[in-house]
Amino acid sequence: MELKEKLVSSFMAFENTVDVDSSVHDIRIDAMKAFEAQGFPHKKLEAWKYTSLKSILKNDFSVFPKENEALEYKDIKKYFIHDIDAYKIIFVDGKYSSHLSATTHDGIDVCLMSSALTKPKYKVIIDNYFNKIATKDGLSSLNTAFSAEGAYIHIPKNKVVEKPIQIIHFSTGNEAALMLQPRNLIVVDENSHVQIIERHQSLTENPVLTNSVTEIFANKRAIVDYYKIQNDKQSASLIDNTFINQKQESLAKVHTFSFGGKLTRNNLNFYQNGERIDSTMKGITIIGDKQHVDHNTLVHHIEPNCESHQDYKGIFDANSTGVFNGKVVVEKEAQKTNAFQANNNILVSDKATINTKPQLEIFADDVRCTHGCTIGQLDESAMFYLRSRGIPEKEARGLLMFAFSNNVLDSVKIPEIKSRITKLIAQKLGVNIGFDL
Amino acid sequence: MLKINNLHASVEDKPILRGINLDVKPGEVHAIMGPNGSGKSTLASVIAGKEEYEVEDGEIILDGEDLEELSAEERAHKGIFLSFQYPVEIPGVSVTNFMKTAINETRKAKGLEDMPANQMLKLIREKAELLEIDRKFLSRSLNEGFSGGEKKRNEIFQMAMLGPKLAILDETDSGLDIDALRIVANGVNKLKSKDNAVVVITHYQRLLDHIVPDFVHVLYNGRIVKSGTAELAHELEAKGYDWIKEEVNA
Repeated sequence: MELKEKLVSSFMAFENTVDVDSSVHDIRIDAMKAFEAQGFPHKKLEAWKYTSLKSILKNDFSVFPKENEALEYKDIKKYFIHDIDAYKIIFVDGKYSSHLSATTHDGIDVCLMSSALTKPKYKVIIDNYFNKIATKDGLSSLNTAFSAEGAYIHIPKNKVVEKPIQIIHFSTGNEAALMLQPRNLIVVDENSHVQIIERHQSLTENPVLTNSVTEIFANKRAIVDYYKIQNDKQSASLIDNTFINQKQESLAKVHTFSFGGKLTRNNLNFYQNGERIDSTMKGITIIGDKQHVDHNTLVHHIEPNCESHQDYKGIFDANSTGVFNGKVVVEKEAQKTNAFQANNNILVSDKATINTKPQLEIFADDVRCTHGCTIGQLDESAMFYLRSRGIPEKEARGLLMFAFSNNVLDSVKIPEIKSRITKLIAQKLGVNIGFDL
Repeated sequence: MLKINNLHASVEDKPILRGINLDVKPGEVHAIMGPNGSGKSTLASVIAGKEEYEVEDGEIILDGEDLEELSAEERAHKGIFLSFQYPVEIPGVSVTNFMKTAINETRKAKGLEDMPANQMLKLIREKAELLEIDRKFLSRSLNEGFSGGEKKRNEIFQMAMLGPKLAILDETDSGLDIDALRIVANGVNKLKSKDNAVVVITHYQRLLDHIVPDFVHVLYNGRIVKSGTAELAHELEAKGYDWIKEEVNA
């Protein structure tokens, strides 16, 4: 049976396991219809021209995993940013793991979507925010239809959350092939600050496909700092659908570090509903053989005096492929918009490919929008310069690539993340960076 | 120390060096002069091991060892240093980090441990002072946005840090004002000893007023056509290169 049919027919069984009386019930039903009508995206769709899910969808994915195996913290510690005090929301094969997690209800809610969807005390937030900005495309709809578990974070107004929140999804290989559909909702009220780290990690070679949806609401003057660490196994693929709705003077920043996985598609969407909003998205992609990373971004400038900054760097080796499709829409009312977009790439191998496409739709006349993309090789004269100082070829290459991607880290505010990412980059490039940053 | 015998080199099948012979002994300063396009920079790059140049014939011997099979980094490890005519800008790597990497990679090649951090700092401070380089300058990205003079001073700073056996200064005087020229020349002179040697490649006499050569060679059409003492440089300054060309073509 094809995966689509399997999902459609599983839906009834799924609905019976969750609360049919909840207000989310109708949303799920509608979403299922939307998925049924659209199915999975295919290459004929403009937005999916360079990314094919075909071979991945051939796997016979389990949609409802069996009971998971317990994981010991010591065995998976390395996937955490473990040298900082943090809240943790940890899932194993799609199920919440209480012994690995550290949630809270102390002034803020850092807990589970499954509770939020069922308990009355969360009803107002769910009614106001759940599925309000996720798009109705096939994949997001599929996630909405099966939405049951994930992270639920609500920061009421005037709270600066000191500890970052780590959301990690592990898969144990308990199933021959597993499909996960985490659903996250993050609501940050007026003047509040939050820092979030998200990671998806497979622990075996069994295929995993994650189709995740995250809705983030940054209300007035809120600051949201979000880090996505994508360094999964070659057998794991991720479709990350993230939607961020911003109110006036809010600041939302998303860093995406894509170093691993078979196929990674990041659909990152910002909607600016207010004035003096700042949206920043930065990415470093370093991939090698048979890996594919696709950044599909949207910034929707709806109101005046807002800014957006995009800076994506990519290093592509061997048979890897990269896609960058950055869309910036500036509505007629959004005067004085300042939108910046850059996508710079290095192709290390002749076999690597990058498709980069800036897409600007500007309806206002008093705006500043700049964009630029470059694709190049390493500068041979720089290589000779480094080598003539005694730095061997491999290290010189690594140092240049490191320097190329490095400045994206300037905006990373958590030192532990910065040093972790620095190490991952060095590891990925096979160099020993013999100095501190 | 450096012995070049009958060196022929080409780039993209175009012959540039057509039989160079040069013998540099420890403690000596050699100047290589010549008109534009005579092959001066090519000679410097070939000695340093730039791969775009094909050595067709002849040999470059450093302390009895043929360099032919050695990569640029291996030559650096053996003590060859090239001060670039056009130092390359490397955004994202600070001067300090670049030097730390270069020194520790060289030490690694010699089977030594990394230089202890405090020793490294001391060395950096000492050499920065010698070249009158500001501390802030060291945390800037390598050569990025540096003025012509800053780039050259930074080259000699790197030379001071690495302490090479054989330093080749390729047009180090170009783009320098008189103060920078004095600082750079002073740095080179302080680094000179009876154990190392310097090859100064220049178009003009003025650097040679500060770094006084033991020998001056004139390179023309890929060959050394005349050699002499410091006196020859003065003669070239006064008379230009035309008489040399006439002599050669006669």
